[in-house]
Amino acid sequence: MSPDEPGIVVVGASLAGLRGAEALRRGGYAGPLTLVGDEPHAPYDRPPLSKHVLAGELRPDATALPHLADLDATWRLGQPAVGLDRSARVLRLADGVELRYEKLLIATGAQARPWPVTDGSGPLPSGIHTLRSRDDAAALRIALAAGPKRVLIVGGGLIGCEAASCCRDLGLAVTLADPNPTPLARILGSLIGSVIVSCMNTAGVDFRPGTHVEAFEADASGRVCRARLKDGAAIETDCVIVALGATRDTSWLAEAGLNADAGGLTCDSACRALDSEGRPAPGLYAAGDVARCPSPFYGGRLVAFEHWGNAVAQAGHAARNMLANDDDQRAYRHLPSFWSSQFGINIKGVGLADGADAVAVVQGSRASRRFLAVYGREGRAIAAISFDQARWLPAYAERIEAGAAFPPILGATDQSIKDFGAPDFPEPRSR
Amino acid sequence: MTEPRKEPGAGPLRVVVDLNRCQGYAQCCYAAPEHFELRGHEVLFYDPTPPAGKQAEIARAVQACPVRAISFDMGSVS
Ligand SMILES: Cc1cc2nc3c(=O)[nH]c(=O)nc-3n(C[C@H](O)[C@H](O)[C@H](O)COP(=O)(O)OP(=O)(O)OC[C@H]3O[C@@H](n4cnc5c(N)ncnc54)[C@H](O)[C@@H]3O)c2cc1C
Ligand code: SF4
Repeated sequence: MSPDEPGIVVVGASLAGLRGAEALRRGGYAGPLTLVGDEPHAPYDRPPLSKHVLAGELRPDATALPHLADLDATWRLGQPAVGLDRSARVLRLADGVELRYEKLLIATGAQARPWPVTDGSGPLPSGIHTLRSRDDAAALRIALAAGPKRVLIVGGGLIGCEAASCCRDLGLAVTLADPNPTPLARILGSLIGSVIVSCMNTAGVDFRPGTHVEAFEADASGRVCRARLKDGAAIETDCVIVALGATRDTSWLAEAGLNADAGGLTCDSACRALDSEGRPAPGLYAAGDVARCPSPFYGGRLVAFEHWGNAVAQAGHAARNMLANDDDQRAYRHLPSFWSSQFGINIKGVGLADGADAVAVVQGSRASRRFLAVYGREGRAIAAISFDQARWLPAYAERIEAGAAFPPILGATDQSIKDFGAPDFPEPRSR
Repeated sequence: MTEPRKEPGAGPLRVVVDLNRCQGYAQCCYAAPEHFELRGHEVLFYDPTPPAGKQAEIARAVQACPVRAISFDMGSVS
């Protein structure tokens, strides 16, 4: 190895970046390895941020990820990548440094979707938070510890629900506003989402379905005091959590001639980034939340998964392909899976439920809040969700991977399915 | 430019559990009860930064987990 050999550069030093770098070393790569990250922190784990960190059980800086291989890498933390010259194979950093690379792993993840600021609406009041990074969690934790009179959470996705659960654990008054009939409607549908509504009722969360927050008003000190709703009503609040999902900041790739936008960087099935013509860009791979890849289990539909398990598995897969010959680029076959904990319940899911035309509760019952439900589409099982029934999930995951008929019947279990219906997904988002 | 240096024993350990893999069997909770706790039916709460001296306990929990969901390293100073 000559010292000025460019080697491999990983952009994004979080879960996918770290696990990708480790997989490169484990795969036998012995050349120069550089990790570039815009956050000043060493790679850390995000899932606890919206759970135990908000609840005050873990410090925001307590979730550093273990390193599972000797990396012997150069770290450039606190330095965003700002440009990519593919023909010269040079990555440009904000401080002007130019890094040459032989191969590049793009693992820049996602950011919290900010509250949309429109022209003429003036600056956003203070006291409005989003939650993606350790620093976000630290700021929000301070705000919650100060004892706000009422927390307003805008958006009933996973992070919004977990935050609502934490607020109740802290004894704080909390309202969760969502345009859909139930929380988690986009990922699970409202039939299953209704279980979260009942959890929220029991826990004392003021859940407002069908509610569109339009704007925030500030008091004389510039602090948020009220949210205005589309129907003219208002919610008094002194602490807001905007939980509207994630976007990808791929603006630094704008000049690179790739297929990248706020929905991700498009890749082929081998995790190779595609150029604007749809051809694999030589030496360029992507993994984790930023990578939008065709999913073999869903008819090749392009999806950017936003789950921990995908970041780990895809980074390992991309690293494997980075070290393999051009004629040995294997396809990434990953059935997505995620977990969440909220209201004391362990929620686990496999597959993509959106697009299902039916859902059946095959173990337990919704009323007991302990159940496993399977989603079907055109007679095939495509996804499953468990609420405190995790032990059953792997068996159903296998059926889904095998493309089994819906509803799948598992050998020894006595299944008389009484709870069966349309999953009730909202209309697709227009934007 | 910061470099996370690896100095075994210098800082707390770093632990992460793959909660997709975890089946809530709770063996880790018996092996290292101060650092792993099962709440409700199957929510696992664990300490991601046990003190440096707890390596043996954490290693026991790693071994005890039937699905190999727990990973850890010796931590670093940064
Ligand atoms: C609060 C929260 C809770 C979550 N809980 C769960 C859960 O319970 N279960 C689950 O399955 N998943 C959960 N997730 C999702 C999971 O954490 C993500 O899927 C995972 O972090 C993705 O890893 P990644 O490395 O692809 O992206 P990220 O973790 O987003 O990391 C990308 C990194 O790249 C950096 N970066 C971005 N642009 C640049 C640039 N131009 N130059 C240099 N660096 C850059 C970013 O700052 C960041 O450090 C949660 C996420 C959040 C935010
Ligand atoms: S032993 Fe493993 S499977 Fe069981 S609770 Fe602990 S981490 Fe989960």
